Amino acid sequence: MTTIILKRLLAAIPVLFGLSIIVFLMIALIPGDPATAILGSFATPENVAALNADLGLDKSLPQQYLAWISGVLQGDFGRSYALNRPVIDEVLERFQATLILAGASLLLASIFGLLAGIVSAVRQFGFADKAITLFVLIGISVPSFWLGLILIFFFAVKIRLFPASGMEAVYGGGGFLDILHHLVLPAVTLAVVATGVIARLTRTAMLEVLRQDFIRTARAKGLSERRVIYVHAFKAALVSVIPVIGIQAGFVLGGAVYIETVFQWPGIGAMLVNAISQRDILLVQGGVLVVAASYVLFNLAADVLQVVIDPRLK
Amino acid sequence: MSETAIASPSEAQKSKARPRRPSAFALLLNNRLAAFGLVVLVLVVASALLAPLLPLADPNATDPANRLAPPLSDGHLLGTDALGRDMLSRLLWGTRVSLAVGLSASVIAAFAGSLIGLIAGYAGGRTDQLLMRFIDLMMAFPYILLALAIVAVLGPGLINALYAIAIVNVPFFARNIRGITVGLARREFVDAARLSGKGPVRIVASEILPNVLPTIVITLSTTVGWMILETAGLSFLGLGAQPPQADLGSMLGEGRKVLFTSPFVSLVPGLMIFLVVLSINLLGDGIRDVLDPRLKAGALAKPSARTAVEKNRRWPETKKDETSDAVLDVKGLETQFRIGRSIHRAVGGVDLSIRPGECLGLIGESGSGKSVTAMSLTGLVPSPPGRITGGKVLFETDDLLAVSDKELRALRGGAVSYVFQDPLATLHPLFPVGDQIAEAIRAHQPLDRSEARAKVLDLMRQVRIPNPEARMEAYPHELSGGLRQRISIAMALANDPKLIIADEPTTALDVTVQAQVLKLLDGLRRERGTAVLFITHDFGVVSEIADRVAVMYAGRIVETGPTAEVMANPAHPYTRMLIDCVPVMGEPERRLDAIPGRPPPVDDLPDGCAFADRCPRAAADCRSGDIAMRDIRGRIEARCLHPLSPGDALRGAA
Repeated sequence: MTTIILKRLLAAIPVLFGLSIIVFLMIALIPGDPATAILGSFATPENVAALNADLGLDKSLPQQYLAWISGVLQGDFGRSYALNRPVIDEVLERFQATLILAGASLLLASIFGLLAGIVSAVRQFGFADKAITLFVLIGISVPSFWLGLILIFFFAVKIRLFPASGMEAVYGGGGFLDILHHLVLPAVTLAVVATGVIARLTRTAMLEVLRQDFIRTARAKGLSERRVIYVHAFKAALVSVIPVIGIQAGFVLGGAVYIETVFQWPGIGAMLVNAISQRDILLVQGGVLVVAASYVLFNLAADVLQVVIDPRLK
Repeated sequence: MSETAIASPSEAQKSKARPRRPSAFALLLNNRLAAFGLVVLVLVVASALLAPLLPLADPNATDPANRLAPPLSDGHLLGTDALGRDMLSRLLWGTRVSLAVGLSASVIAAFAGSLIGLIAGYAGGRTDQLLMRFIDLMMAFPYILLALAIVAVLGPGLINALYAIAIVNVPFFARNIRGITVGLARREFVDAARLSGKGPVRIVASEILPNVLPTIVITLSTTVGWMILETAGLSFLGLGAQPPQADLGSMLGEGRKVLFTSPFVSLVPGLMIFLVVLSINLLGDGIRDVLDPRLKAGALAKPSARTAVEKNRRWPETKKDETSDAVLDVKGLETQFRIGRSIHRAVGGVDLSIRPGECLGLIGESGSGKSVTAMSLTGLVPSPPGRITGGKVLFETDDLLAVSDKELRALRGGAVSYVFQDPLATLHPLFPVGDQIAEAIRAHQPLDRSEARAKVLDLMRQVRIPNPEARMEAYPHELSGGLRQRISIAMALANDPKLIIADEPTTALDVTVQAQVLKLLDGLRRERGTAVLFITHDFGVVSEIADRVAVMYAGRIVETGPTAEVMANPAHPYTRMLIDCVPVMGEPERRLDAIPGRPPPVDDLPDGCAFADRCPRAAADCRSGDIAMRDIRGRIEARCLHPLSPGDALRGAA
């Protein structure tokens, strides 16, 4: 088991290296003079020169990369000029909030997506199947940022069941229950698309597995239909659904950008949107790198989980 | 199932005239949801295109006195926004922008992605590796995050958002197109084009591109919706369209500011995005179903837990009473497959009976219906499309086709158990084999874990598996074919069955292992007095284990009798041919060619004897009426009007 995890970790290193190069190149690819772009058109020449030296823009690209990556590996992502604090501090603080939101969404989407997919397959062409198919169609077509607004209007403004925005109550907030209360609407909104995708693929995977010979064997053994479906068929279907959940982690982490903006959730997505508007490129760079790296780790976890379930993949 | 051959149309059937295949467009319209999507999309696109011609207010004319007018108010069908601008007009103009941006992004992504895919797939080698590594790297980013990074570099703005969304969608095209191209680049027609001196650009354009076009269209149909959605999303975040320019996303972003007081200002543009994306997704699903029918949702029908049985099934009355002590007595079993409009009579009235401790060999070519017969006995034929339309399956005194689901479950794996052909496919790949045997035990006996474990070890020893303690932890793929089949046999023995149905249990094994498994099965059934229905296509195997044989052809039994008698002097010409297929040591000149011709399609059986077309003895009377089983000599019965006499050579006369 540990050797599998170590092997996958080793395989992830080139990917992380490639990611870092792309993120690093963001600065070099900025049209015109990066320092001016970052500091804005009102920057003094002294400021521009100082930033240029700070970024090492007078050196060659490989040299710049080496200087940058050695800083990154030590936790130095540079300074946010708009916030006037180290990028790493801001990013880590925000990233926690994003992890709570994205984690809760992925959990919701996995549970309900898998359940809906199984029910849909078992009741193929029945009422439940049609209802779930309709939900899936709507779920993968609805703009999440619009759905968020509708949910806010209905649940926060009309019936006042959940707060409209933020992660903690302004006065006396911050406990587990308070965060949970704030989490419900954004997590549900963010989970809708992923739930639809997971449900759709689970349905197909279940239908495929149910035609396999080993399912006939399970029935020939005299097992109950419940055991045939929820143990024998589901475990086999899970093997092809887990990578899909891994990919959905990426869509959830990305979709968090909209949801955090709509619900003013203090996560990294909302931070990125502000940073882009303010041309705070170093903050964008740090945020993108951390989220992308965490996505790689998510997929790695999905990979390992898949091997745990399917010993043939060892 | 080895017998799926019967489900596929045979050559003869294909050559028959079929109704002309409807056009792709007709198929699309046939799909109600796709047609709905098409209609909505056409309406939206038409109203967006016609916006300049429609009698609409100026979308940018502000009217502070009339701000946030509700929908249906005078002169403003959808009301006005926070600056008093007409919502209907803004909606249509905004839809124009959103559609234009989303579609442009799609075209760019499709073009660039397909180009990369074609180059990588056709060139192969290092070019392929380098390009695909880069594509993989792009996909290692969360989807929207990469778009944000690109906008961060280029700066906010509608055109930059368009580029960003196009770029992040390039990998989907590149991957799909490359996959298809790699396969095509090695095909004969591409080699031929290469040999005729065409350059790579011309080959890709004239030979490969036409074949990848459907894949491009499918990928496009699944991504256009996203691209429209995501460009609207970037505008919503304020990173796309900048005022005074407006698309649906930026309208929604503005509406959000007055959400609490005037929700309709956000409701309207969001609903439009939703409608557009939904209609494109519906249409996309329809297009995919037409271009790639294998993926169609309905193509995978869920098989039921038990074969459907016709309510008004009939069975023939028994003529003899000698079968009363039989453990299994099958009378007139009929199983059909209904595929489209055709009915495949896979089993067309089969009578079988097996006495306790007896081994009956059921033999026939693949497609003769022997496996379907075996599966029908306990309702293991998948429905749809399978259906038992007639007959009776008496196990001791119960008709298995009439017992309750609960009773059937108790019998399955209990008194009646199965050993299937290919243990790698029939054992569950993700559970250790010991657990699978234990599960079979505990489904029928109230044993706790440790008792079940002891029983598993005992069973594994009985089927001569060396070192069972270690082997019970193994997964099926970790064992050899012979050991896997021993596991299946142990599982079949778990609850001391009265009848074991073995469906070609040795076919997937090599010859020496085959002999061992046969010996094991034969020994076990003699020790325990278990009846065995042994299904095979090989008379060599039957002669080693079966007391009696039943020969099956085109869904019916054509000859039965004691194994030795039938082997020595078969009555039916088909049996003779099957026996002649068995290789004999020391007679290398013996004919090993398969029987010439093929069985008749079971959805279009001829009148009279189904074997007549392949039979050298067929006469005019063989081709009409129903030919019944009759006593030939000794205990041999056959369904033949011109049976062979002992010593008759099959082709002597011809």
